Amino acid sequence: MSEPLKRPRFWGSQAASGLALISPTALYAILLLAAPLAATLVYSVMTDGYLTVIPHFQLCNYIGECHSQLADGTMSPDGYLGAWSDPIVRTLMARSLFVSILVTAATVLLAYPVAYFVSFNVAPSKKALWLFMITIPFWTSYVIRVFMWNVMISRTGVINSVLQGLHITSDPLQMSFTIQAMVITLAHAYAPFAILPIFVALEKIDRSLLEAGQDLGETRFTTFLRVTLPLSMTGVIAAVLIVFIPTIGDYVTPNLIGGGKIPMIANMIEKQMLKADNRALGSAIAVSAMLVVGLVSVVFLALNRRYLKGPK
Amino acid sequence: MKIPVLRIYTIGYLLFLYCPILILPIFAFNDSTAVAFPLQGFTTEWFQNVFHDAVLGKALKNSLLVAASTAVISTFLGTLAARANTRYQFKAAGPLMGLIMLPMVLPEIIMAMALLVVLLSIGIPLSLFTIILGHVLVCTPFAVAILTSAFQSLDKSLEEAAYDLGEGPFSTFRLIILPLVMPGIISAMLICFTISLDEFIISNFLGSGEPLLSTFIYGQLRFPKNVPNIMALGTILVGVSITLLALAEFFRRRGLARTGAKDSGGFL
Amino acid sequence: MTSAKPTMIEFKDVHKYYGDYHALRGITATIQAGEFFSLLGPSGCGKTTLLRTIAGFEGISSGVVLIDGKDVAAVPPNQRPTNMVFQSYAIFPHLTVAQNVGFGLRKDPRSAADKARAVDEALAMVGLSGYGARAAHALSGGQRQRVALARALILKPKVLLLDEPLSALDKKLRENMQVELIKLQRQVGITFILVTHDQEEALVMSDRIAVMFEGQIAQLDSPERLYRLPKTRAVANFIGTMNFLSAQILSEAGGMVEVEVQGFGRLQLDAEKQVTGAPTATGATIGFRPETATLLFDGQQATDRETMATVEEVVYYGDMTYYDVLLDGTSAPVRLSMRNVFGRPVLDIGTRTRVGWSPGALVLFR
Repeated sequence: MSEPLKRPRFWGSQAASGLALISPTALYAILLLAAPLAATLVYSVMTDGYLTVIPHFQLCNYIGECHSQLADGTMSPDGYLGAWSDPIVRTLMARSLFVSILVTAATVLLAYPVAYFVSFNVAPSKKALWLFMITIPFWTSYVIRVFMWNVMISRTGVINSVLQGLHITSDPLQMSFTIQAMVITLAHAYAPFAILPIFVALEKIDRSLLEAGQDLGETRFTTFLRVTLPLSMTGVIAAVLIVFIPTIGDYVTPNLIGGGKIPMIANMIEKQMLKADNRALGSAIAVSAMLVVGLVSVVFLALNRRYLKGPK
Repeated sequence: MKIPVLRIYTIGYLLFLYCPILILPIFAFNDSTAVAFPLQGFTTEWFQNVFHDAVLGKALKNSLLVAASTAVISTFLGTLAARANTRYQFKAAGPLMGLIMLPMVLPEIIMAMALLVVLLSIGIPLSLFTIILGHVLVCTPFAVAILTSAFQSLDKSLEEAAYDLGEGPFSTFRLIILPLVMPGIISAMLICFTISLDEFIISNFLGSGEPLLSTFIYGQLRFPKNVPNIMALGTILVGVSITLLALAEFFRRRGLARTGAKDSGGFL
Repeated sequence: MTSAKPTMIEFKDVHKYYGDYHALRGITATIQAGEFFSLLGPSGCGKTTLLRTIAGFEGISSGVVLIDGKDVAAVPPNQRPTNMVFQSYAIFPHLTVAQNVGFGLRKDPRSAADKARAVDEALAMVGLSGYGARAAHALSGGQRQRVALARALILKPKVLLLDEPLSALDKKLRENMQVELIKLQRQVGITFILVTHDQEEALVMSDRIAVMFEGQIAQLDSPERLYRLPKTRAVANFIGTMNFLSAQILSEAGGMVEVEVQGFGRLQLDAEKQVTGAPTATGATIGFRPETATLLFDGQQATDRETMATVEEVVYYGDMTYYDVLLDGTSAPVRLSMRNVFGRPVLDIGTRTRVGWSPGALVLFR
């Protein structure tokens, strides 16, 4: 039979070329993302030594009472509570989760009609322009945007001065330092993250399916419920996750809008990492927050799994 | 007549989105330290303060350095990943791309603290360099997203045609691929520059006390008398961001027009 | 098929695997210098893969590909004496028409003026004189195709490879381009290898056609022989329509085969001209094309034989009418095509009619 062939090396092997090409980027992500995330996990089960972390395994950063190790090697008599045992952390965690869920719900519900409008009611040549218009505010400084909300809702702020100037209210409304204000600010910040995935899902829907729905006796509204909405659920699910997950980690909004009076879990992490300098506890709180977020996301995906089946 | 409920709603929603950045310039020119109505008259005092603030000047210089470095590195890394993912099929592509794109959904504080932990434990002092490391991590997924669509709209047979007509892999890249994805590369660099310029959380975690625009602004907000200056600075920043974005969009569209691809929408 | 023409391309037992998928299953064939050769088959039959092994875009798993007598296994596409017209045309969108056509001349040692002249000549050859300065992305589909042709031919390849070049054009333009391509091939005299799934296009344009199914060449013949004497029922059905009647071989002697055919009775067929396929133990079949049998209208006499039949279905096409008729003594209808000459009626379903046929037009598959 034929002898082993000299194949043209011109194209090389797909896998080798692909791996070689992606390796700098992949290596960067492994060294500066995967490794640090793994390190966080490791830190969370070690002993705090004030400015350092001592490689001594323990779980008290999560459960029970923990003691930091002092510079002379002895344990500090003043203990602190682990992330799951500390009622403050639990309160903050519950509040963060609550706010994140509210923000996600508000963002996605507010965003859906906008995505629907751009996908169905805007001429194809103008869609890109609309999307561009929607994304512009998102690309401007986050700190300034959050602060501007504070300016608008504060006691002497824009909204109150307008209301009082028009004699609609006599006393300034208390809007600052409320959870509602935080929800509005965050819903504003994550708007494009919700609109874009829903828009993409809506764009993929074959328009003749909607005509088929109406041809088969459905009204426009029932067609929306029975055809459009189920088909766009992949986008809604993506939007929910892409808003929900990062929201948990926000600490700018609680600081500026909440005035530090309604701290969230991210503020706690920031405090432990930067100010209190208990990196073992900070890591444990961060890992716990990600666990909670991950768990909620998995449950959410499981509840909606019927929408995710079928060809991609 | 049918009331265009959706259109009215969408325009209202856009107003909600634009509200903060529309109000910003109004108070940047308002002659009062109180950010409230009624307006007190026109002034450019706040802008003058901005231009004469030495710390701000330093922050601006630092921010531009960080943003430019981030843009170049992220776009380079993004180009490699996007090309590898669109051109070659290999098993590791899925997980590796997942990891590279992860910062898009990961809370920034988690990334920031994880990086902080590792950098400190291996003894790398915090500096502008460490901020760049973090920013590249955050910006690369956006560069990958933009460049993936640029490479995807590139017909593989264009490349084959160049080989068929006698060119080698490098001259093909130089003569065909690079000119065709160049608009995507420029667009990715502009986007990464903008993100880096505005980024706060990582800059705050990994900063060494060297001021950056975002951390400078955050610090100033505690002092009410400095707020109008921040309004002026914010106005300038928003103006710059919008200009850069418009440029990025322009290049992205030109890239699509060149390759004759259909416009499928925005950046993401 | 003996020919004085030298061999340009030779495949010797070529196999190609994509993982477990066996895309080319032992291709052995020769393509002569200067011929217009077509690879014809349904999508997924391996015809494009085979073309790309000539261009060098696909390596082969085993076997040998020779171009002009040389094994090209180690020769990359940019050094092969072949050029390709891509299905999408692959016109570089950022270059002008002239830059596209002159793309392959970059390393050519000739002067810039000589190269420009070569580009002008190539453009003139495809009927695009004066289009050189235009932006490539502003061209129509037909113009793109001409640019792709000029770009490939300017390098004077030994073989021009065409990957479904007409599939993106509308019907009228496609028919015009078919004629133009034939003329162009005669003018330049080089080997053209065309991949197509359109049997009509292959019949019109080719000197020889390789019909491919599932990674194998089912038959390699001239268009006329492919149509008249297909080797298998699959080939017969892919190229045009053929009616089949079951038959039984009774005897073979003296270059003649005696068969008993359902509906047609006992016949003598020429073993040389009318029998095809390798001998098998079971089930022979008789085949005939719709136009080789005819309905006999009032008073018309059969030129050879005639059989009674019943009209089961009538399909009116304007210039033609297709009749599905059930021949007496058979169980499934056969299709006949009748030209609608002036004054000839279109029969109704259920009409009893006579069918005229000739044993010489039958093909025996065994």
